[in-house]
Amino acid sequence: MLSGIFVVLLFIIGLYCILATHNLIRVLIGLEILIKAVTLLIIAVGQASGNTALAQALVVTIIVIEVVIMTVAVGVVLGVHRHTNALDARDIRKLKG
Amino acid sequence: MSLDILILILLVIASLWTVMTGSLLRSAIGLALTSAVLTLMIFRMNAPLAAVFELSVCAGLIPVLFISVISLTQAMTHKEIMEHRKARLFRFGELPLIVIILGAALGLISINFKAKLPLPAVEADPRLVLWQLRHLDLLGQIIILFTGVFGVVILFKERKKGA
Repeated sequence: MLSGIFVVLLFIIGLYCILATHNLIRVLIGLEILIKAVTLLIIAVGQASGNTALAQALVVTIIVIEVVIMTVAVGVVLGVHRHTNALDARDIRKLKG
Repeated sequence: MSLDILILILLVIASLWTVMTGSLLRSAIGLALTSAVLTLMIFRMNAPLAAVFELSVCAGLIPVLFISVISLTQAMTHKEIMEHRKARLFRFGELPLIVIILGAALGLISINFKAKLPLPAVEADPRLVLWQLRHLDLLGQIIILFTGVFGVVILFKERKKGA
């Protein structure tokens, strides 16, 4: 119950960061905070339902996926910076193939 | 219980600082701090394996990745920093207020979740769960890792001249 409140707060912070900023690195940081909220939720539910081992296995999977997503996203951000010389999301509204 | 509340409040403060701080470098350090505090919380929730992963990967590797990217990109001029500071204050100024009001409201509502779900009994060891019960997850992890590696290789591949 108590963790649930803080999961919601973390989720709001991450979502607000993604929505309010134009900087691509900050968007990724907001995404990271969202993933942290999900991690906390899974562990809290695992503890409450008595299935901590299953929750830990799921969290390990989430962390692996998170690392891969961040690595590829950082590569995309660097590619955008190479083309536009900026990290502003507004600069990539017109995507050309 | 009170220590848990303290850690959770610290977690929210660390994530707020991560989001609101002016410098990107400080944001990356704040992310590491948030992960470290989350590790403490996970450890206190009797999940040591997940805590170790969170500490080594999320508090160690990912901030390093962000710091590398920040160092590879162009730094802002003093004038740009000042302009961005004003804009950020306008955009993020209300976030702490939203968090405090929402936290107080959720605390007052006191929803009673029926958390004791009638789940089937599983192994108590996360390693056994991962290898015996969730072995398809491991296959998925390997596929995702390879996808990531190929993605990075394609992203950083030098274009041929004239292409």
